[in-house]
Amino acid sequence: MNLKDTIIAPATATGAGGISIIRISGHDSLPALFRYFRPVSKIDKFISHQLYYGHIVDQNEHLIDEVMAVYMASPRTYTRQDVVEIHCHGSVQIIKSILRLFENIGVRLAAPGEFTYRAFINGRIDLSQAEAVAQLVSAKSESSHRLALSQLDGALSKTIFEFTQQIKQMVVFFEAWIDFPEEDIPEEDISSYLSAVTEIYQRIHAISSSFSLGRILKEGVSIVLAGQPNVGKSSLMNALLGEDRAIVTDVPGTTRDLIEEGLVIHGLPVRLIDTAGLRISEDLVEAEGIRRAEVKLKSADLVLLLLDSTKDIDNQDQWIIDRCADLNYMVVWTKADISGRSSCPEIFSDNLQFCISSKSGLGIDALADAIANHFIQDPAASGDSVVISERRHFEALNRAATSLNNFIQLISSGGSLELLSFELREALYSLGQISGETTTEDLLTDIFSGFCIGK
Amino acid sequence: MANYNKKYQVIVVGAGHAGCEAALAAARMGCETLLLTIGLDTVAQMSCNPSIGGLAKGHIVHEIDALGGEMGKNIDATGIQFRRLNMRKGPAVRASRAQADRMAYSARMKAVVESQFYLDLKQGLVEELLVEKDRIIGVKTREGLDFYGQTVVVTTGTFMRGLIHVGLNNYAGGRAGEPSAEGISASLEKIGLLVGRLKTGTPARLSARTIDFSKLEPQPGDPIIRPFSFMNERIEREQVNCYIAKTNERTHQIIRDNLHKSPLYAGIIEGIGPRYCPSIEDKIMRFPDKTSHQSFVEPEGRYGSEMYPSGLSTSLPADVQLDYFRSMVGFEQVEIMRPGYAIEYDFVEPMQLKSSLETRAVKGLFHAGQINGTSGYEEAAGQGLLAGINAARYCQDKEPLVLRRDQGYLGVMIDDLVTQPTSDPYRMFTSRSEYRLLLREDNADVRLTPVGREIGLVNDERWERFQRKQENVRQLEQYLQERMITSADKSAVAEFDLEDLKSGLTLESLLRRPNIEISSMAAYYPEIALYTDAEQEQVEIAVKYEGYIKRQNEQVAKFKQQEEITIPEDIDYAMIPSISTEVREKLSKIRPLNLGQASRIQGVTPAAITVIHIYLHKKKYEKKAG
Repeated sequence: MNLKDTIIAPATATGAGGISIIRISGHDSLPALFRYFRPVSKIDKFISHQLYYGHIVDQNEHLIDEVMAVYMASPRTYTRQDVVEIHCHGSVQIIKSILRLFENIGVRLAAPGEFTYRAFINGRIDLSQAEAVAQLVSAKSESSHRLALSQLDGALSKTIFEFTQQIKQMVVFFEAWIDFPEEDIPEEDISSYLSAVTEIYQRIHAISSSFSLGRILKEGVSIVLAGQPNVGKSSLMNALLGEDRAIVTDVPGTTRDLIEEGLVIHGLPVRLIDTAGLRISEDLVEAEGIRRAEVKLKSADLVLLLLDSTKDIDNQDQWIIDRCADLNYMVVWTKADISGRSSCPEIFSDNLQFCISSKSGLGIDALADAIANHFIQDPAASGDSVVISERRHFEALNRAATSLNNFIQLISSGGSLELLSFELREALYSLGQISGETTTEDLLTDIFSGFCIGK
Repeated sequence: MANYNKKYQVIVVGAGHAGCEAALAAARMGCETLLLTIGLDTVAQMSCNPSIGGLAKGHIVHEIDALGGEMGKNIDATGIQFRRLNMRKGPAVRASRAQADRMAYSARMKAVVESQFYLDLKQGLVEELLVEKDRIIGVKTREGLDFYGQTVVVTTGTFMRGLIHVGLNNYAGGRAGEPSAEGISASLEKIGLLVGRLKTGTPARLSARTIDFSKLEPQPGDPIIRPFSFMNERIEREQVNCYIAKTNERTHQIIRDNLHKSPLYAGIIEGIGPRYCPSIEDKIMRFPDKTSHQSFVEPEGRYGSEMYPSGLSTSLPADVQLDYFRSMVGFEQVEIMRPGYAIEYDFVEPMQLKSSLETRAVKGLFHAGQINGTSGYEEAAGQGLLAGINAARYCQDKEPLVLRRDQGYLGVMIDDLVTQPTSDPYRMFTSRSEYRLLLREDNADVRLTPVGREIGLVNDERWERFQRKQENVRQLEQYLQERMITSADKSAVAEFDLEDLKSGLTLESLLRRPNIEISSMAAYYPEIALYTDAEQEQVEIAVKYEGYIKRQNEQVAKFKQQEEITIPEDIDYAMIPSISTEVREKLSKIRPLNLGQASRIQGVTPAAITVIHIYLHKKKYEKKAG
């Protein structure tokens, strides 16, 4: 295991509460934090072991989340290396985005038990614990191996196997062209591989997009209720909670304006967030609340845009509608029992609309069905009926896709055979992290059984 | 039995490609060295094809040369046709290949060996290895002399219990017309080494006078010869042609009809042959759909008449060989001068060796070449060189030289040999290297000449030349980085389509573009032409492949981390908790040098590696504490 890389991983179970902690360990922890963390108050230097309030922004300085961050200098840390912890909101979307940002600058996702492993190696854990760690690591990787195998039963393993075979078959040709130029082997015809590689690339791409679905099923989604005060957000929240009301407790949000509740809709874990303060305001104090609500909106997996069916759309509504324009949202017309509406006005033709009454329960089931359907689409629609939920698989697929994309670019720029083969073998190696390694011996066996080679 | 009174430090058994490199290296490193061969007339004999180099093999020759070995110089001096393969497939997989004048190659190598200070070349057939406790002390010869030495390097080629098959006839022999060595295998088995059996073969040699070359396609050498050795800048020499001949349906029918006369198909041969070098009967049976197989017909010398038809090795009887050759176009009247044959021989499973090529069973005993289950002159020479170096270092009480997989094909080969079981003769392929883009012929000097200097095989002349080249490369790189292309460079701007040129383009960035070559830039920027082709090539590759070289270097950096965690030789794997019995047994047997090598052993899981890593740490702490 590599000890010099800087590694990152969520330190708390994801989807399990309002706040998540993301931990980074390694030499580049602090520079990495600086890259994306913008403290609210100006500071010259991070004091070790002190919490700072600020924002995580992306590479374009767009806000991702408001967070607390702490830098802990080596050696007074768990791993004895420099450690950074980011306390962010517990949305899957946010955690995903933050992990991705750091991965983009070379911070590697930690392997299971890797923080503990570093703690041991660096002498943080005493000798009596060492054996236990050894057992743990070995047991863990074996059990995760079993887990991986069990997950690989069926569609995913079949599909990855198919890709591996196809790419391997190509590598066999490329390597034969390279290593046996004087032998009787079929003519080099590199361009004929372009369409095959492009197809695999697209299919891998589609499967890796299913990661969000797999992840959603495992970790849940966040749904934000947006609308004017008194439009009926709290009522809807209670209606959706229904029987679950008894088993969920209020989790106070990080600001007094946000209320979160957890529930399960048709097997889908959902965190429902009420944005009390979303409206146009001149008031400075409220403006801050609105800004926070906007952050929440952007990080939501889905927005329920609530409109009062007893009224016409006004400026306030329009302002909120504009805020939702680029987001995933459904329109919910409330108070249908009062307005007597049973069908929705034809305003949002592109979006799903529902008429509901939290009081009578009208339309609530239909809304719940629609929410579940929105997230749990038929994966068969993407062509490969394969869903991945393991981040490790996701990363391996992405690396394979990157190599295949490099291959495609190389072909168009006339890249040499050795580079084309390099990319294919990289792709094969990445897929091998899911389905098992293809050794040089495997390739040679195929070359010698496929081509008549021998001088 | 008489004792020879001179006490040697290094005794090399066998004067083939491995033995010559081993003996030369040991002597050049200052050790009293003895080179014993069955026949003084067959030093550095090319028993099979009369050529050196090719894919990965050419790379190995460059590496041998960079370390201060002899093979590169020898083929440069005696080559009669030179070609560079794969010119359009990328710089890392370009490889040099040359046809040798077989007799001249052997004669020159013998002369070099004979003139080497500290080195005695003697004829003698070794019958037994002399071992005292767990240490080698010398060899016993059939001629009645015992030679004593601190180390012995065994390079027996196909001679150990060699058994030659021509059709269903077979007889003992190390090579056609030469005796086998019957005693050494028993010595090795007595020591406790596992001895196995392999097979190889060679085609008939044909008389050039009886071939109608007008019916064959000639294949000339390259117009400009690129030497193998770093010490040779150019070679001006008249070259000879090879020719391409083809088998046809009739040839195949003759072979099929006579298959029962092949010892291979009659089940007489038990040794396993190389997958990449099947006999013609194998090819025809395994690829029945192929209606024709191609053969390069290679001259065995500038003078003389023998021609080597590649790809047609066989163990069929001599009369059948003649029949099938005569069925081929151009060979209608051909005469066979020597029939082809198959040969079985003993090898010693190389997983019983340390990475220094010393046997684990006996101190001071080294193996190199075909005895390690490899095939090929270059593979043999490379191992011979390292075995010779390490025998000398053993005598000088120095740590052995072990090359890493990222340093050269030699490192890849030896690491493969000591960690992977041998199922058929091992040949090097570029695909075996994980860091192929870094292990090029053009940078063998950069990778290995400093190593050769360190161990004392690189003389002042080579070292100065090497440093000069490095300095020139640096200067040329600097020039390209600093020289901006301006609108004043009118002809260059026109040539390279730079009309829309904005300011700030350096020659380096121009070179980075696809389809722009440094040689075409030299026409407009004469400063470039001041540097040699080799220097220009190195700079061009560094610039054009910067991104890929960087990616490979990152992979190497990762690889090195595990490679640098050494495992003590006396580690007791029984003491390590929670690894499986299978893994424990493998590790105890192979005793890997470091964590990286351990991870390459088949069946050793990443989890086991983690456990060992932690165990090693624990040991270190205990040592500190205790």
